[in-house]
Amino acid sequence: MKYLDEFRDCAKAEFLLKEIEGLTASLSIPDDRPLQFMEVCGGHTHSIFRYGVEGMLPHGIELVHGPGCPVCVLPMGRVDDCVAIAEQTGVIFATFGDAMRVPGSRKSLMQAKADGADVRMVYSPMDALKLARANPGREVVFFGLGFETTMPSTALTILDAETEGIENFSVFCNHITIVPTIKAILDSPDLRLDGFIGPGHVSMVIGTAPYAFIARHYRKPMVIAGFEPLDILQSIWMLLRQIKEGRIEIENQYARVVLNAGNAPALNAVSKVYELREFFEWRGLGSIEHSGVRLREAYARFDAERKFAIPNVRIADPNACQCGEVLKGVIKPHQCKVFGSACTPETPLGALMVSSEGACAAYYQYGRIKRHEAAE
Amino acid sequence: MCLGIPGRIIKIDDNAKKLATADVSGVRRQVNVACIVDADHPLEACVGDWVLIHVGFAMSRIDEAEAAETLRILTELGEAQQELDAMRRSAAK
Repeated sequence: MKYLDEFRDCAKAEFLLKEIEGLTASLSIPDDRPLQFMEVCGGHTHSIFRYGVEGMLPHGIELVHGPGCPVCVLPMGRVDDCVAIAEQTGVIFATFGDAMRVPGSRKSLMQAKADGADVRMVYSPMDALKLARANPGREVVFFGLGFETTMPSTALTILDAETEGIENFSVFCNHITIVPTIKAILDSPDLRLDGFIGPGHVSMVIGTAPYAFIARHYRKPMVIAGFEPLDILQSIWMLLRQIKEGRIEIENQYARVVLNAGNAPALNAVSKVYELREFFEWRGLGSIEHSGVRLREAYARFDAERKFAIPNVRIADPNACQCGEVLKGVIKPHQCKVFGSACTPETPLGALMVSSEGACAAYYQYGRIKRHEAAE
Repeated sequence: MCLGIPGRIIKIDDNAKKLATADVSGVRRQVNVACIVDADHPLEACVGDWVLIHVGFAMSRIDEAEAAETLRILTELGEAQQELDAMRRSAAK
């Protein structure tokens, strides 16, 4: 397919790997202290495992799988809120398929559906609005989920609902922002990173300027990357070149999609509809200041949090779960006590096992554990 | 949900709502194009655009020149390597 196949070319991957090997060798990296690059975005985690990128890299480079899977960082209490809304009489609860199996403290949305709640999987928030048009006697609630990549689509759908005067549509807004989260990771005392593979599709919306502090204050390089194997390899090569040449910059490998200024119409819709929350709760990372958004007062009638009674109870992550340590790169997924035993993709305990973009599900599905077991 | 997929805009369906039909590997799907339209690139100009689609919204036009540039850098990298390899081989003789 155009714009995909060209970026999966084996010959070019070999050139890049050769360059990466050469640069790594020239940096004389100690055996016990490999360079660690974090891919922030779950889409990258997915590609890295799907194409086996980690296995191609020379010793001396390690990838740390960051917090960028919005389904994975959803705390249990929020899933309970979804179930509580979905179980109210007359409600149609519309959600992306990814969120269906995330465990709540009582049940997942999938289980709520089995128990009789009207939960529908949708591909787009526009499909949820369509449900509201088709069912004027019902209340349609869309589960707004995701980083800046999907934030504009929910905002534009709300603006459409406003224009059309649709009254039976609302959004349970759980959109989150990436920059405060990267900052929280950088402030974490047990963290040791040498650079970031930057989130391509978030950056397509917000541009490159919001990351400037990472280079300036935290002295870490970042390369904003596309999602095909060549994109990821080229980004690793660009990070190594920065280190070799003593530069610390925010570079953009994904210029075919990411403009430095971001996407103006998308940003306009975002700032019109949302405002920052003081705090937002993340699974595994705790509460992070200004890391989530809610609907502005002007859009209160589309806000499910104001329209419905929501329990809003904070539920602690299961004790056995080490999702937080995995998210911060302190341990690898297979080093978690319950990986592959109590926690599997069929019966996930922790959220990282739920979504295909979660590090644990990717480890499980693509058998990465074997390589690490062999290495240890 | 976060993984975008490239598609090509084939027709405009609704000017007011900024809806268009995209062809994604032979599958036709209505997408919202509000995020790729501005004063310099009006709705009518979107037909034929290669775009990246996320949850039913075209979020970015794929820049053909930039895509070609990225691939050119990689091709040159390969050529330089082959050149060096050839030089090494001939030096070893």
